[in-house]
Amino acid sequence: MSTQLTIPAAVPGRFGPYGGRYVPETLMVPLFELERVYEQAKSDAVFQAEFASLLKNFAGRPTPLQFAARLTAKFGGPRVYLKREDLLHTGAHKINNAIGQGLLAVRMGKPRVIAETGAGQHGVASATVAAHLGLQCTVYMGTEDMARQALNVARMRMLGAEVVGVESGSKTLKDAINEAMRDWVTNVRTSHYLLGSVLGAHPYPTMVRDFQSVIGREARQQILAAEKRLPTHLYACVGGGSNSIGLFHEFLKDDGVKMVGIEAGGRGNGLGEHAARLAAHQGFTGARPGVLQGTYTYVLQNEDGQIAATHSISAGLDYPAIGPEHAWLADQHRAEYAAVSDLAALEAAKLLSRTEGIIPALESAHALAGLIERLPQFKPSDLVIVNLSGRGDKDMDTYRRLLDEKV
Amino acid sequence: MITDATTRITRRFSELRAAGELGIVAYITAGDPSLDATHKFVLALADAGADVIELGVPFSDPVADGPTIQRASERALKSGTNLRGVIELVRRIRQTSQVPLVLFSYFNPILQMGLENFAKAAEQVGADGVLVTDLTPEESGDYHGIFHTHNLDTIFLAAPTSDDARLQKISAASSGFLYLISRTGVTGVKDALPEDLPGLLRRVRNFTQLPVAVGFGISLPGHVSVLGGLADAAVVGSALVSEIEKAPSLEAAATVLADRVRSFKQAGRRGLSRREVAP
Repeated sequence: MSTQLTIPAAVPGRFGPYGGRYVPETLMVPLFELERVYEQAKSDAVFQAEFASLLKNFAGRPTPLQFAARLTAKFGGPRVYLKREDLLHTGAHKINNAIGQGLLAVRMGKPRVIAETGAGQHGVASATVAAHLGLQCTVYMGTEDMARQALNVARMRMLGAEVVGVESGSKTLKDAINEAMRDWVTNVRTSHYLLGSVLGAHPYPTMVRDFQSVIGREARQQILAAEKRLPTHLYACVGGGSNSIGLFHEFLKDDGVKMVGIEAGGRGNGLGEHAARLAAHQGFTGARPGVLQGTYTYVLQNEDGQIAATHSISAGLDYPAIGPEHAWLADQHRAEYAAVSDLAALEAAKLLSRTEGIIPALESAHALAGLIERLPQFKPSDLVIVNLSGRGDKDMDTYRRLLDEKV
Repeated sequence: MITDATTRITRRFSELRAAGELGIVAYITAGDPSLDATHKFVLALADAGADVIELGVPFSDPVADGPTIQRASERALKSGTNLRGVIELVRRIRQTSQVPLVLFSYFNPILQMGLENFAKAAEQVGADGVLVTDLTPEESGDYHGIFHTHNLDTIFLAAPTSDDARLQKISAASSGFLYLISRTGVTGVKDALPEDLPGLLRRVRNFTQLPVAVGFGISLPGHVSVLGGLADAAVVGSALVSEIEKAPSLEAAATVLADRVRSFKQAGRRGLSRREVAP
């Protein structure tokens, strides 16, 4: 393929050919500084103790790995466990990474953090951590997302963060990242960009993965304690891919564990109708390797290399690129990726609400919908962990409309 | 690194140095509002004395650009502009003008065309150099070799945040000229140049023999005068693009672009008298 780059083996920040650092020069030295500070923090007992303490006492870790008894009975197939990231403070896994990067901002002496947000969960997590650590916080959010996640906008403002609406492009996550990068390139000496997913230039994909990998470390211990064996399958939704890589990473060494990332299939297969970057096998069109917002990965784009519009009912999955490590896991067939429709996600959300008494975020509902679509392929002895990355409070407007129409 | 064949860019900068004159690099977004219009504008800019013209390739996600050039990119994309169209525009410009031309792009459109395909086509139509906003020397392994084979100057950005080690790297990877970003930030018109700019320029000079063009925030002839004796050229972008946006007609836009460049050029020549140290 003409767009394939020649990448020397084992370059830091590369996952096979994917990843890298495609940013304006102004950001290079700040990225090196971030990488250096992060590398030091990784082996610094004081930092690790602070991080662990905030995860436990502020965020509420460890989260339960709950056996979903009624769901398992209903499926009549695999035993299903739910990793309950939705029970964390602020309502989603995003707080894990926000705590880690907030502590790094303090270490770097940067008094201000910038964040982008789609569903608003990362924005809320960033605003929360900023308030807790005494940092200023500005959050960029597409105006379309502000409308569909109004509750989270109010939460960020309550926490003292400045929420800036982004009117450009599709007015969603991608455009919020553009605007956050512009702020960062301007205020780089005083501000840390608290990127919320495994996207962007090195060291972000690696660093965010490391901060989120607590999900998989806990889940692995918990499933071994509960079932005395490893799971056969992991399911997680994939927007940028931070909750999924957070769950998958600890299991990469366990060859028998199948990993499935579920993308947003939106309302159709055509370019602009979905946000499925690694589901060409299901007929979703428009994804090719390319460079967007600092990283080389699969990107939904047109023939000319212009980034395509995307659609998903879920603001957190509505993004044209996927974290570079996922692109590499897909190429190597170490993880599998598939997409489910808006409608399937809504149905899964309703099912989980009524079967287990848990209203999931629309993003997490995609993961469950992916499992449901594949149920016929499972054996009763299979053991599945679904990452319930967030709770559904923020999506109540969407769910209410669904109920008004269909019930 | 100097390519075997000297490009129009290098020749123009030698002439400017010999004359002790500060050059004017004019940026406009190709296809804003149409490629035909850009064709007219480039000829008007060249006639008015622009020393190098940067043709911006519109991109859907221009993270290094402020609102003025973002809007220009949107207009250009709306008019159906793509990289092949911009290359074809260069061919048309070359039928009547030998003004040095730089293609100024984000990486993805070039990557999708294929580095080799793009470099070959750009050379064939008579482009002189390429600047990729989101490509640094570290990630330009393939790019560098391919572009020099096709006699295209590779222009890289240096920034106020670049440390000495990076300036060395950037200088080694660049040919034609080095583009120094005057301030941390995105493109756009500003009232004053940053106070630390002279110091930054002196630091850059320690690492390169290449001509240095200063850009980001330069919108007034006064800014250009200040650069005399310090830089080799001033890059004017958003100030020109906003004239295109405001003008009531294409003819009016071409006229005002030419006027603006003439006044910048004049300031560049006046800058000569302030020149204390020849580089």
